[in-house]
Amino acid sequence: MKEYIKLIGAEGLRIDGRKLDDYREVKIETGVSAKAEGSAIVSIGNSKVIAGVKMEVGEPFSDTPDEGGLMVGVEQALIASAKWEAGPPSDEMIEIARTVDRGIRESKMVDFTKLCVTKGELVWRILIDIYPLNYDGNIIDASSLAAVAALLNARFPKLDGKKVVYGEATDKKLPINKIPLTTTFVKIGDAVMVDPNDDEEELMDSRLSISTTGKDSINALQKSGPGGFTPDEVKDMIEKSFKIRKVLEKAVGVKSA
Amino acid sequence: MSKSIRPDGRKVDEMREAKIELGVIPNANGSAKFTMGKTVAIAAVYGPRELHPRRNQIADKGLLRCNYDLMSFSVSERKRPGPSRRDKELSLVIANALSSLVFLDKFPKQVIDVFVEIPQADAGTRCAGICAASLALADAGIPMRGLTGSVSAGALGETVVIDLDKEEEDWEAGATDMPVTYCPKTNLITSLQLDGEISKKNFFNALELAIGKAKELTDMQEKALKENYKGGSEE
Repeated sequence: MKEYIKLIGAEGLRIDGRKLDDYREVKIETGVSAKAEGSAIVSIGNSKVIAGVKMEVGEPFSDTPDEGGLMVGVEQALIASAKWEAGPPSDEMIEIARTVDRGIRESKMVDFTKLCVTKGELVWRILIDIYPLNYDGNIIDASSLAAVAALLNARFPKLDGKKVVYGEATDKKLPINKIPLTTTFVKIGDAVMVDPNDDEEELMDSRLSISTTGKDSINALQKSGPGGFTPDEVKDMIEKSFKIRKVLEKAVGVKSA
Repeated sequence: MSKSIRPDGRKVDEMREAKIELGVIPNANGSAKFTMGKTVAIAAVYGPRELHPRRNQIADKGLLRCNYDLMSFSVSERKRPGPSRRDKELSLVIANALSSLVFLDKFPKQVIDVFVEIPQADAGTRCAGICAASLALADAGIPMRGLTGSVSAGALGETVVIDLDKEEEDWEAGATDMPVTYCPKTNLITSLQLDGEISKKNFFNALELAIGKAKELTDMQEKALKENYKGGSEE
């Protein structure tokens, strides 16, 4: 299989009929869980994930007394693939989860200072959990996109003193600054392809995920896999990620400055 | 460029002082200590040796595994001993940065274990760990395509700098940190991570700077290895 992917990759072709730079169809559905403060299902081709946002209040960290927080987790849900095994998450899954978390949390997508209720006493914390529903590769892009869509969909719940009244959502949206969007590439042999499917991701020599926050701004990178990329390949993927960003922006329904 | 914007007065393209010591772990097949300013990494290589359990063996090639460990006392606030999620991720990142250096097809069913310990952390621990591991693999006499250099480039505000220390990583106005691993012999970037925010232009500049400095680091490693074996047995 790998030899075949390499062979047709050299001709610019892929096992599912796509060209190297073709991204699969992206679909987003929001508001898929009524109990969550925000939620979304994202599919990229046959890969499908669901993300839910829950919000809670608590004491701020002592070094950031006027800032709330955000955390993103990706679970290894066994519903999504026969290849995944029960037990603690694999190191690969931990890397994926941390890549998604950093792409969102450190992008300054959410204005943490606006999550402050009372300085030094009470701040909002946003917890996003992502569960893959059907795995066909590129769970990083799907998860990042689902987190973004769920955050855009979220509304603050009602706050009564220091207690959250769940089930009584306000119409107040989250303080969103910018939209981080991730594009993942893999290299197999000498062919670099975007948005890998299950087989391509399993057989990849190297993988690079690029998160951008605008037309000219990179906010996160993560290279994985045992192989490497030449400097020219990296530059090329960066340029392409800004092009694909426009496709993803359209799917989310935003436009960056 | 008269006055440095860097807290320790370094030039923007100046790395911290690097020190190399080889064979620091006598029990290992190869080992090295790599010091970058106030960051210290020790790497030891055990193997190639048989991989257990046998079902994890790969028929036609060897496996390079890494275990990265930030020691509990290496940071200001004690870190709980044992692997954190960060440690697990970095173990994988380092193994992936090193795998393509080694002719793994020469060692079917075998494993090469690389252990990285950080006794003192002042930013750039994964990079120091990768430099130490590159040296330790060579010290173990494992056939390699080349040595690799690893260093963090990034930006303090709009200024591109190399080898951020902890004070710079915590830069008030926001620092971008981008650890890069590059092997000049294969012309491959084998690790690349970034946190922060950087323009495309600054990213390309930072990448170029890091690649140049990675070359310097491999030259430094080569010199230390040659020095170490000088006067030893004939090749």
